[in-house]
Amino acid sequence: MSRYAMVIDTRLCVGCMDCVVACKTENRVPEGYNRDWITEELRGVYPDVRLEIRSERCNHCDRPPCVSCCPTGASHVHRGGVVLVTHDQCIGCKACIAACPYDARFVHPDGYVDKCTFCIHRVEKGLKPACVSVCPTHCMHFGDLDDPQSDVSKLLASRPHHALIPESGARPHVFYLT
Amino acid sequence: MLELTTTRHNPEIDPGMHIWGWEIPVYLFLGGLVAGLMIISGVRLLLMRPTERHPMICCTVGPLLGLALLSLGMLALFLDLSHKMFVWRLYTTFQITSPMSWGSWILLLVYPALGANALAHLPEAIPALAKRFPVLVTISDFILGRPRLVLGIGLANMLVGIGLGIYTGILLGALTARPLWGSSLLGPLFLFSGLSTAAALLHGILLVALPKGERPAFADFLLGTLAKWSQGRAPDPSAGPVLAKADNSFLTIELGIIGLFLIGHLGSTETHRRAVDLLLHGPYAAVFWVGVIGIGIVTPLTLQFLEMRNRIRHTLVPSVFVLIGGLTLRFILVYAGQDSHWIQASLP
Amino acid sequence: MTTLSRRSFLKIGTATILAKAGLESLDAFGVPAPSKVERIPTFCDICFWKCNAIASVRDGHLWKIEGNPADPLCQGRLCPRGTGGIGAAGDPDRLKRPLIRTRERGEEMWREVSWDEALAYIAERMKAIAVEHGPESMALFSHGLGGTFLKHTWKAFGSPNIAAPSFAQCRGPRDTGFELTYGEGIGSPERTDIENARCIVLIGSHLGENMHNTQVQEFSKAVHAGATVIVADPRFSVAASKAKHYLPVKPGTDMALLLAWMHVLVTEKLHDAEFVAAHGHGFESFAAHVARFTPEWAYPETGIEPDVIRETAREMARHKPATLVHPGRRVNWYGDDAQRARAVALLNALLGNWNRKGGFYTPAMMDVPSYPYPDYPKPARPRLDNPDKRYPFAGEAITTGIREATITGKPYPIKGWMVYATNLLHSLPNEKETLRAIDALDLLVVIDVIPSEIAGYADVVLPESTYLERHDDLNVELFKQPFVALRQPVVKSPDDQKPNWWIARELAAKLGLASYFPWNDIEEYLRYRVKGAGLDWETLKREGIVLGPKQPIYQEEGLESEFPTPSGKVEFYSNQLEAAGFDPMPVYQAPDPGPPGSFRLLFGRAPVHSFSRTHSNRLLSDAMPENALWLNADVARRYGLKSGDKVRLRNQDDVLSNPIAVKATQRIRPDCVYMVHGFGHTSRGLRHAFGKGASDSQLVTRYKTDPLMGGTAVNVNFVTLEPEI
Repeated sequence: MSRYAMVIDTRLCVGCMDCVVACKTENRVPEGYNRDWITEELRGVYPDVRLEIRSERCNHCDRPPCVSCCPTGASHVHRGGVVLVTHDQCIGCKACIAACPYDARFVHPDGYVDKCTFCIHRVEKGLKPACVSVCPTHCMHFGDLDDPQSDVSKLLASRPHHALIPESGARPHVFYLT
Repeated sequence: MLELTTTRHNPEIDPGMHIWGWEIPVYLFLGGLVAGLMIISGVRLLLMRPTERHPMICCTVGPLLGLALLSLGMLALFLDLSHKMFVWRLYTTFQITSPMSWGSWILLLVYPALGANALAHLPEAIPALAKRFPVLVTISDFILGRPRLVLGIGLANMLVGIGLGIYTGILLGALTARPLWGSSLLGPLFLFSGLSTAAALLHGILLVALPKGERPAFADFLLGTLAKWSQGRAPDPSAGPVLAKADNSFLTIELGIIGLFLIGHLGSTETHRRAVDLLLHGPYAAVFWVGVIGIGIVTPLTLQFLEMRNRIRHTLVPSVFVLIGGLTLRFILVYAGQDSHWIQASLP
Repeated sequence: MTTLSRRSFLKIGTATILAKAGLESLDAFGVPAPSKVERIPTFCDICFWKCNAIASVRDGHLWKIEGNPADPLCQGRLCPRGTGGIGAAGDPDRLKRPLIRTRERGEEMWREVSWDEALAYIAERMKAIAVEHGPESMALFSHGLGGTFLKHTWKAFGSPNIAAPSFAQCRGPRDTGFELTYGEGIGSPERTDIENARCIVLIGSHLGENMHNTQVQEFSKAVHAGATVIVADPRFSVAASKAKHYLPVKPGTDMALLLAWMHVLVTEKLHDAEFVAAHGHGFESFAAHVARFTPEWAYPETGIEPDVIRETAREMARHKPATLVHPGRRVNWYGDDAQRARAVALLNALLGNWNRKGGFYTPAMMDVPSYPYPDYPKPARPRLDNPDKRYPFAGEAITTGIREATITGKPYPIKGWMVYATNLLHSLPNEKETLRAIDALDLLVVIDVIPSEIAGYADVVLPESTYLERHDDLNVELFKQPFVALRQPVVKSPDDQKPNWWIARELAAKLGLASYFPWNDIEEYLRYRVKGAGLDWETLKREGIVLGPKQPIYQEEGLESEFPTPSGKVEFYSNQLEAAGFDPMPVYQAPDPGPPGSFRLLFGRAPVHSFSRTHSNRLLSDAMPENALWLNADVARRYGLKSGDKVRLRNQDDVLSNPIAVKATQRIRPDCVYMVHGFGHTSRGLRHAFGKGASDSQLVTRYKTDPLMGGTAVNVNFVTLEPEI
């Protein structure tokens, strides 16, 4: 078994959006849509400010509210805990969009609901997701949490981190090192 | 100071979520209304003596309207789907955790239940139809001649109605990522709002259908034509006060549930408190207080109370207000709910 | 009977499994199942970094472009602009066919013509200008590697007047400052060993937003390895968010900060005394010179507390020689920029980091012969961009010098411009002056991929193929590890666009200079050079890059330092400067304060855009469709402005900008505003980018010229805000 997760080092991320552009070309995300994006969170009063820059996307949650509310099973959990949408099962009811605490989903211009796939088509060929492969700061890591020797397992074991909106109960699997 | 910026710009998601327009509130409103009609018609059917056979505002008009309104509601729902070609996928599976899957199957049960209920008294209500299709009389006789079947139809209408009413609320309530909806009270709230709107609708119809002279002038032409075509008699006005009374009970319960809903959110997390602030003093406050509480509940409650005490004449006003209020409630909850979100702020 | 081979059976099996596993998303890409993907190596041209890349073509269509793992520059990872580079080829606003102007300049009215007609038109006018004024009266503005062949045509034509904005409008002051100090410039890619630095000092340099790939990658590695980062910037940049020390320096006072840092290092004897003793020239005078620039003296100028100045100076000293004070890139800020660059060079010298790991290395290069061309004719008159060496230390041609000569006609008239791949209206300061110069021209030719603002004023516009559709000259790179890289076409040009080498060659032919292009096609030219370097052409075609042998680049690897200055040493005291009448050691001049109630206008780069040329690239414009005006949040509140509100900026000369959205933020000082450069397009041809955001260039009506090298300093403009209702 494997449980895929992403670990992003916010100390290194510069918010350059390479992950966003790479996702767009790799997955042909239409113009005007984002499967991943950059969030900047700034606290403090100038000049004493702290900035956290995050590359965000679907969190491929352990308890994905988008999957449990899908009336057709189009949204489902694939091997490795990856949450996917089967396009020709999706009716476009958008309940999953409303169910996602991260607003990570959107209606593709072709009608079905679309989102980050963790580039499962690459991962199953032994490659990393496009965003991880392209990142010029090497701030993004992808791997198997069930493997204690994986990059992601080791990083989470050794570095302080947080996930987004854990209180939503969805158990997100994109982690941010601080 | 906190500054949160994002580069995400998905249509209908950013900067504020607006995936659902008018279709979903209309669908939820009509669904609740139909649920109310089913429950009322089911109860009325059960309370009736088997020999009592005359046009029933509750047991014929209600179910027939229900069938029509439900179809309209489902049309609205269908219009909202963005991948319409695959709508049949709803019926190749049952997803136990998905309220919408439950709902799509419940909707399938609604049609036969309502249909059976309507057929029970159809020949009485619309003699013209019965004359053309004598089989309707046979069906009616068949149903009414079997008390256990009547009981079954009545119970089915009640139970499916309750299911449908609660489902319309749980549909939103299950989407906890919108903190405003994060309450199971939305189920009973929409159920009782549905009941109140159904009672108001039937009450309104009854008022419109009062004997000539007592009914509002605008109804004359309409009813004249309808009566001539159906060859039916005027409905029994005695149901009116019962419906008004029931309506007031439903409205009172609804008000209570809204109170509990607000208290539940205010006592919850900051996220939920801010969500409910959207209604209490945020951008939706005016519509909430005036539309939902004022026009939708308090005013009709007061008017109907006075009507029943015979302090004022029975008018259409309370019925219309309750219907407006019910629709407004669905709109405001769908819109404000989409505006509410988890507060995403993670730095310590 | 058809037999199912085991292979196709497996294929079907896999396809079924994939479909069952919910991988229909693959089909939903709209790609027929057995798609053919071709991977072609080339190198990027979205900026000048020239990262090596591999483009994937799926069923004949560009799909994606990724970094070439063999590339020492990008290490297999392109920057966002490079990744979005395929958007340049698919840009629907591209120039498609040669155009000849039909109405007044700037009205953007054209007729489409054939290449033959366009080039004949240009050649005829060039010849007429040469007859009347001499061939020197034709000037070429060119940016990047793509200009190689046009420059060749120009020289063959007999004109020495060739300039690029990358000198006087960008890195010129830096290179001049370093040349005056070390005898060598910084170059591009910068010879900075950021990766191994233990302490990195950035003065206004915004790595991370400024997406020079190798630098950002190395910066990230250094931060990961725990390097101390010190950032002095009026804006809390992305780099500042990685810094241990952020110094919110008052704009224009960096020199005071530098002098105070050097004061601390020298007076506390924290500098690398051995290096200074062995290689320093005039250190005693310098030590005496900096003695008065105490942190207490600098405090009221810079706004940086003396303790912080001392602490950061000591921090730099602690990590020497692996402390790198980054020399920056676009450093034409306040008019004393070459002197400030000298101060940066001297601060680095005090840290002894020249040719040291974590400091500045000496790049290595491969020996690749140039193509044997006939000798160029000797121009009758010399270059006119810097007459009488007015700017004695200008190491390259000054664009604004050519512009001035065009307006004045002195020392001799300039009657024709050819502008290649640079949008002069955005890259030169004070666009009014540029337009005045254009008025004096008999011929303006613009060669570009997109209809830039300058193209709107051209008599002839020539549409160039994008870098994904053409060959260019070899990139013989100076870097830590030298290499030779090939740019080759990945797809065909969609319309009637042509590569620059073809344009240069055909124009030369029309000018009667065909003998200067003895090769028949570009591959013949390239093959000659590759073979001459002893490399294999087929390997280069297949791999896109051939690495050269590793050479010592630091003292740690056995490299000996040489300083080709007049003294042969690092010049703390510059006799050349003194002889030319300048300060031999850097001094501080307080910046001119702006009009009361105004903000200093600052600008910089964004990671997803290059200059003003990527805003119609749909992939990149989608990532950042317009720029915003950074305004201190407290100031914004006083103005009643919140993020997203639109304002216009009015500068000191009454120029009013396009509307621009405010970004009210705690990330900038209250006395300045900031925006990303290059937006606010006014060319109607750029349909997608037109009117989005505001243009800093439009507001840069004033500039201060660096007396040493002619650089045009532009951070001397001030604006007030006018809310849009």
